Amino acid sequence: MAERALVLSGAEERPLTKLADYREAGGFAPLKKARRTKPAALVEELLESGLRGRGGAFFPMGRKASFLAKGTGKPTYLVVNADESEPGTFKDREIMFRVPHRLIEGCLITAHAIECDRVFIYIRGEYLAEFEILRAALEEVRSADLLDGVTIVLHRGAGAYICGEESALLESLEGKRGQPRSRPPYPAVSGLYAAPTLINNVETIATVPVILAMGAKKYAKVGFPPNSSGTRVFSLSGNVVNGGNFELPMGTTLRELVYDLGGGIPDGRELKAIIPGGSSVPVLTPDQIDTPLDASSMAEAGSMLGSGAVIVIDDRCCMVQLGLRVAQFYMHESCGKCTPCREGTRWMVQILHKIEAGEAGQGDLDLLLDVCDRILGKCLCPLGDAAAMPVASYVDKFRDEFQAHLDHGCPMAGTSSLDGLFAPVDQHAHSPVADEVRA
Amino acid sequence: MSTRSLHEEIQGVMAQYPSSRSATLPALRLAQERYGWLPPQALREVAEALGETPAYCQAVASFYDMFHLDPVGRHLVEVCTNVSCGLLGAQQVLEAFERELDLHPGDTSQDGEFTLRTIECAGGCGWGTVVAVDHRYREPVRPEDVPGIVQELRGG
Repeated sequence: MAERALVLSGAEERPLTKLADYREAGGFAPLKKARRTKPAALVEELLESGLRGRGGAFFPMGRKASFLAKGTGKPTYLVVNADESEPGTFKDREIMFRVPHRLIEGCLITAHAIECDRVFIYIRGEYLAEFEILRAALEEVRSADLLDGVTIVLHRGAGAYICGEESALLESLEGKRGQPRSRPPYPAVSGLYAAPTLINNVETIATVPVILAMGAKKYAKVGFPPNSSGTRVFSLSGNVVNGGNFELPMGTTLRELVYDLGGGIPDGRELKAIIPGGSSVPVLTPDQIDTPLDASSMAEAGSMLGSGAVIVIDDRCCMVQLGLRVAQFYMHESCGKCTPCREGTRWMVQILHKIEAGEAGQGDLDLLLDVCDRILGKCLCPLGDAAAMPVASYVDKFRDEFQAHLDHGCPMAGTSSLDGLFAPVDQHAHSPVADEVRA
Repeated sequence: MSTRSLHEEIQGVMAQYPSSRSATLPALRLAQERYGWLPPQALREVAEALGETPAYCQAVASFYDMFHLDPVGRHLVEVCTNVSCGLLGAQQVLEAFERELDLHPGDTSQDGEFTLRTIECAGGCGWGTVVAVDHRYREPVRPEDVPGIVQELRGG
C-alpha cells in the first residue's frame, strides 16, 4: 500500500499554513456542511466513520462524544490533547505544522457536534514553532469570522510527559501539578472544572473534517475495517534510512513502512527489533516484520499500535541498555502519585543498571520481572504499565541476551549504539543513579 | 518585552479562563521570560497576581521540566537522549557539547552564559539527534555540527 494523504492532504508539497490556501484545497467546506447538520446527526456520522482515538487508546470517538453528560447545567468543554510526548512520536507536530487550519476546523466541527463553545488546545511547551503556527492560523480564522461564537484557547504545557494522560492534562489545564485523577468519574461526566468534557488527540480532531468531506461510509472503508478504519500518520524513527512521518491506510505492513518507504536499515546492518507504537508498547522481532499496522493484527502479534510511532532498532543495540533507557524515561516522568509506579520504575532502573554493568545474579532478573508484574494494572493511569510492559517484553524476547549479561557481562562490550547514554535522571543531583554514574 | 507590568500581563491571561488558577502555567512562563528563571521574587509576583500563595506556585513550577527554580545560563542547550536520538548517536552529540562548552550535563558555566542539559523525547525522532537551542529545535545535529553552533551562540 502506498501513502495516502487524508489528514495531511493538500500539504504534500509544502505546509498549508495560509487560510486562503487551505480554503482553496477545500478547507472549511466541511465546517459549513456541519453547521447545517444537527449535532446528534454529526455524532452519528462520527460513530459510523469508525474513527478511533489516535492518541494511543484507540477508543471510538463517536462513542466518547455520545457519553457526554447532558442537562448538567454546566458548560461542555472540548479539550484537544496536543501534548505529544510518547518517545518516538512526532506526528501531531507534523499535523500542526503542515495543516494547522484542519485542526482548528476539526475543533469547530466537533464543538458543534457536542454543543460546546469553549475549546482548549493543550500543546506541549517544547513545541514553540508549532504553537506560533497554530496561533497565527487561529488569528486568521478569527479574522475571517469562522469561529461563530466559539472560543479556542491555546494553552501551553511546560514539560511533563504525564500531561499527555487525559486526566493529568485536565489537572494541568486547571493550573495544578499534572497528576492523574482516579476514575470514575470519566471526563465525559466530570472533566475540566468538573464539567462534561470531550478530550481527543490532535490527529483524531484533524480527521473530523476529512470524514465530513468524504462521508462517514466512505471513510469507514479506508484502511482495515471494521476495527481500524482510516489512515494514521505513522512516525518512523531509529535505525532507518528515511525517518519521518508517513500517512498510510491502517493495515499497511511494517515491512512496507520500514523498507519500502523508510528505505530499510542503513550501513548494511541487520534488523534486530521494532517498537511499533511508541516506547511504551511491547517489542516485536524481525520475524514479525509482515505484521499489518492495525489494532487487531498488532494485538495478535502481542503488541499495540499505540501512538503509531515505529522505532527501528538494528543489531548494534544492546537490549539491556534499551530497557534501562526506557525505564529511566518512565522513572523521570512518573508523577509520584501511585506507589507501584513511583517506586517500581526506580527499582527497575536500579536492577537494569546492575544487569547492564554485569554485576547482577539470576535473582536480579527474576526480581526485575517481579517488579514489572507488581506495577502492571495497579496504578491510576497507564504510565507504570508503560514502563513495565516493554521492559518485560525485552526480557521475554531477548532472554539469551539478558542471560549473557548475568553470565559474563554485555556481549557487545561497550560497542552498543546506546552505550553510556546520559539520561535526564542522571543529571539530577538528588538521584542515586547520578551519584553512581559520577562516582 | 511588553511595556505592561508582569501583573497586568498575568491579569490578561487570566481573563481567557473560567478559573484564574488555570493561568498558573502561563503566568509562570511570563515571569520566567522576565527573570530568566523563577527566583522567590518572581514566584511572589505570580502568586500575588493569581491570588494564590507563593508556595502553591513553587509546588506547581517544581513539577514541570521547563520551569527553572535555579538560575540557568543566558543560552540553554538541551540535547535529547531518548531512544530514537540515542540510536542515532545522541551521546556523541552530547559529548561534543560537553567538550565545546566545558560543561557537564545539568551544569551552568561560571560566566552564566550557558546551561547544558539532556532532555527526554523532544518529538523530532525522525530527524535525530534533536537539540533545542534557546527553545528552538535544530534537527538533525551531528557531532561535527556542534563547534559551529557553539561559535554562533558565542557571537563569533
